[in-house]
Amino acid sequence: MTSGFWSMGGYARYVWPCFGFAGLVLGWNLWAARRLLMGARMRAARALAMAGDAR
Amino acid sequence: MWTWFYKLASPPYVYGVAAALMPWLLGTAALAMVYGLIAGLAFAPPDYQQGDAFRMIYVHVPAAIMSLSVYMVMATASAVALIWRIKVGHAVAAASAPIGASFALLALVTGSLWGRPMWGTYWAWDPRLTSELILLFIYVGVMSLRSAFEDHARGDRAAALLAVVGVVNVPIVHFSVVWWNSLHQGATIVKLGAPSMPGSMLWPLLSMWLGFMLFYGAVLCTRVQAEVLNRERQAAWVREAIKS
Repeated sequence: MTSGFWSMGGYARYVWPCFGFAGLVLGWNLWAARRLLMGARMRAARALAMAGDAR
Repeated sequence: MWTWFYKLASPPYVYGVAAALMPWLLGTAALAMVYGLIAGLAFAPPDYQQGDAFRMIYVHVPAAIMSLSVYMVMATASAVALIWRIKVGHAVAAASAPIGASFALLALVTGSLWGRPMWGTYWAWDPRLTSELILLFIYVGVMSLRSAFEDHARGDRAAALLAVVGVVNVPIVHFSVVWWNSLHQGATIVKLGAPSMPGSMLWPLLSMWLGFMLFYGAVLCTRVQAEVLNRERQAAWVREAIKS
């Protein structure tokens, strides 16, 4: 990679944070969705276990 | 013919389809984005006016288009849920809201970073920027309203109503650059007629757009699974579903 690529014609201080923030937002979306699903599975399992105990 | 449509109202069916689709959507999204990033950052020529700063288009435009598209999905799902009382509609709307809000935030932040070298300012109360900010506020309002009620069904209905009413802002965001004097440039791809870009710049952009769409599909699938589980916790099919 040439230094010209990384300097982005003098716009590096705008271009790279732009792509970095995009990476953060996409990463957060994946992480948060995964976490939500794990939580829902745990709550569902707990609810099913409690329903089983009640019987 | 409409069997597939009726099946979409069935929570176990939607849960299973979402689980099966998610890895495929995520994989193809990654491929499309990798191609778009490499071609857009390394091989597309610099713009004759903006130089390399134009490369921010490869995240800004897909994020902005998706912020509007996701809103339309959320509003349609809300309308379906309100009209036909389909619970899966509320699940899709609830799952879409945070994704759409994150795309709107991404469009605003990347637009701001692009605006500084091109317009000399990070922010201006321009019709396009302001209407996009209002779109973000509507997303936040829909999410807040849903969680403001102890009764989930009432929260779902109130959020769905706001989502449907908020649709009025979508054409305002899109046509703001046509209806009012704006610093923001006009449409490049989503317009009547041919896109005003050469292929070497356009293909990476289309690939990134496709990548963002597939990524939305993947995250939507994961979130819909969670929303369906939260709503159907006591149902018999859930026992089998969470084992797998």
